[in-house]
Amino acid sequence: MFLFRFKRTAKLGLKSLWMHKLRSSLTTLGIIFGVSSVIAMLAIGEGASQEAQAQIARLGSQNIIIKTAKPPEEQDVSGQDESMREYGLTYADAERFRNSIPNVEVIVPSRLIPQQAWYRNRKVAIEIVGTVPWYPEITPAQIKLGRFLTSIDLHHKQSICVVDEKVVDELFLFDDPLGQDIKLQSDYYRVVGVVQSQSRGEAAEALGGGDSAEGKGQGANVGNIYIPLTTVKNRFGEISIQFSGSSGRSVERVELQEITVKVGSVDEVLPTRDTLETLLDRFHKKNDYQVIVPLELLKQAKATQRIFSIVLGSIAAISLLVGGIGIMNIMLATVSERTREIGIRRALGAKKRDIIMQFLSETLMLTLLGGILGISLGSFIPYMVQQFGKMPTVITGESLLLAFGISAGIGVIFGLYPAYRAANMDPIESLRHE
Amino acid sequence: METRDNEAAMRDRDVDKTNKTNGQALRMDRLCKSYQLGSMELKVLRDIDLTINNGEYIAIMGPSGSGKSTLLNMIGCLDRPTSGDYWLGGENVALLEDDDLSLIRGARIGFVFQSFNLISQLNVVENIEVPMYYQGCSERESEQRAKKLADMVGLGDRLKHRPTELSGGQQQRVAIARSLANDPLIILADEPTGNLDSESGAEILKILDRLHNEGKTLIVVTHDPGIAKTAGRLVELFDGRIKRQPKSE
Repeated sequence: MFLFRFKRTAKLGLKSLWMHKLRSSLTTLGIIFGVSSVIAMLAIGEGASQEAQAQIARLGSQNIIIKTAKPPEEQDVSGQDESMREYGLTYADAERFRNSIPNVEVIVPSRLIPQQAWYRNRKVAIEIVGTVPWYPEITPAQIKLGRFLTSIDLHHKQSICVVDEKVVDELFLFDDPLGQDIKLQSDYYRVVGVVQSQSRGEAAEALGGGDSAEGKGQGANVGNIYIPLTTVKNRFGEISIQFSGSSGRSVERVELQEITVKVGSVDEVLPTRDTLETLLDRFHKKNDYQVIVPLELLKQAKATQRIFSIVLGSIAAISLLVGGIGIMNIMLATVSERTREIGIRRALGAKKRDIIMQFLSETLMLTLLGGILGISLGSFIPYMVQQFGKMPTVITGESLLLAFGISAGIGVIFGLYPAYRAANMDPIESLRHE
Repeated sequence: METRDNEAAMRDRDVDKTNKTNGQALRMDRLCKSYQLGSMELKVLRDIDLTINNGEYIAIMGPSGSGKSTLLNMIGCLDRPTSGDYWLGGENVALLEDDDLSLIRGARIGFVFQSFNLISQLNVVENIEVPMYYQGCSERESEQRAKKLADMVGLGDRLKHRPTELSGGQQQRVAIARSLANDPLIILADEPTGNLDSESGAEILKILDRLHNEGKTLIVVTHDPGIAKTAGRLVELFDGRIKRQPKSE
C-alpha cells in the first residue's frame, strides 16, 4: 500500500518537474557540481595518499634505515688532523647490530657514492650502491635480467655491476646491457643483471629524511648501479675530498652511508628501533647518524593525507551545500507558485502529510538525479586528471556512497522546510490565492 | 497510529452515516465564527442555526461580506467554528483534528468552485482521480471510475485534455465529475455558474439538478435568483445572520 502510493507520488512529482524542465535542470546542476567535486576531490586526495604510501612501502615497512649524517661543524677544533673529519656508520656498527639484536633477519650495509657512468660515449649521473648479495631482501624491486651480486663476487671483489632499468634506458638505449662494460671513474665493470628501478632517494627525502649527507649532490642522478661492497671499498676508498671556496679543501672519512636492518615482523620494528638507538648512542658521541623508520613515516603520511582529504572534501562539501540551498530556494518558490494547487488538494481530502510527501518527493527526485549524474561526472573528472594531469587518482566505493548519501540527505534536509511550509498553509487562504 | 484508528472508525461510521441522524445531512447549533483583526474581533457568523436534510437542494444567498463564503467553508470542513456545534452525519466537526477534517472533506463532501480550480498540469482523468488518490483508492479502480464520471458529464471524448484546452463550461463539468469521485453525500457549489456564459451555465445547472434528483444533498451559494428558484429552499444571509429561512418541508 505504502510502496504503491509512493510510486504514484513519484509519478506526480516527475510530472511537475517535467513541466519546468529548465528550472529543474538548473537546480539539479548545483547538486551535480557539488557531488562530482566531492567525488573528484576525494579521488585526487586518495590517489595522492596511496602514491605516498606506496613510496614509503617501497622503503619496506619491516625495515629500519640508519643513515650517516654529517655532524655539526664545531668538532673541527679538537681534530688532530686539521681538516680530516671522521664520522658516520662503520662496519663495526653493522657487526654490533648482528651480534646484539636477536630478532634481526638481515642487515644490509651500503656505501653510496654519487658518480658518473660512461658507456661508449654516453654519460649519465648515477649513484653507486656498494652493497651485499642479500640486498634484494630489503627492497621489493625485482631482478629483471641476469642475476644480482653473489657471495663469490663479494669475496673476490669482482669488477661487476647490476644496473637498474632507468640506467639501462639512458645508457644503453637499444643495446642488450648484459655483458657490456660500464666505466666508473677509471675502471670498467661488467653488467651481470638488471633490476627494477626504485626511487628510494625521493621517497626518503620527500618524507623528512632530506638533509642526509649524501642527499645534497644526488638531485640529478638517473638511477643506481649496484657493485659488491668490497669492490667499492677497494676502488673508491673511504676518504672523500671536497674543495670549498675560502677554507680550502676538506677531507672526510666515512665507512658506510647506510645500514638497513630488517626485522621478522612489523610488530618488532619499534622495539628494535629503540634498542638500535641505545646501541648507537653508546658508540657515537657525535650526532652523526639518523634513524628512519618507514613504518612510522607511513603512519604519519596516513595521518597527513587524512587531513588533506578532509580539507579537500570539506571544500567540495561547501559547494554541495550551496547546491542544497539552491534547491531549497527553488522549492520555496515552487511552493508559493503552487499555493492554489495546494489549497485545491487540501479541499479534496489531502492531509498535511500528503502535501509534505508530494513536495519532499520532488526535492528528493531532483537531488537523487543530481546525485547520479554527479557521480558519473565525478568519476569522469579523476579519469581526465589521470590522463592529462599525470596525477594518480583513486575512486573508492565509500566516496561514491558518501556523495550519494549526502545528496539524498540534502534532498531531505533542504526539502523538508518548503514541504512543511506548503503543508501548513491555510487551505482557505490558498484557495483564494491567485 | 492514532489516525489509522480514526480512519477505520470513520469507515465504520460511513456504513450507517444516514441511520443515526434522522435523515439530517448536517446541523448547526448557535454556530459563531470570528476573526481576530489586531485588537478588534470581527464577527463573521453569528448564532447560525441551520439544519439541512438528506437530499435537499439549498441555495444560500446574500450580499458580499454577509458571510456566505465563511459559511460555505464551515460546511465544507475547511474551517472550524469559534463556538457552537456543527454536526455532520452524526459527528461534531468542531472537535475533530486536522487529519480527520481532510478525511471528511475527501469522503463526504464534493466541492465545485466558481473558478473551477482544476490542477493545470493534470489531464481530465487525472484531475477527477485526485480525491480518490487521497482516499487510498487503487490506481486501476480510480482510473475506471474517473472515466465513467467524465463520460457522465459528457466529456468521454476529452479524457487526455489539459484544463487549458477546455472551455469554461467543460472545465466546470470536469470539476463536477471530480466532486462526485468519492460518491459524497453533500455537494457544495460556490457560484458554479459565476464565470460562465448563460448557455454553459444552464448546462451546469441541468447537471446539478440531475444530481439532486439522484438523491444528493446540494448546497449552492449564488447571486443568481434563477438558481434560487430551482432550489428547494433559500437561505439568506445578512451581516452574518440568517435573515430568512423558510421551514424545510
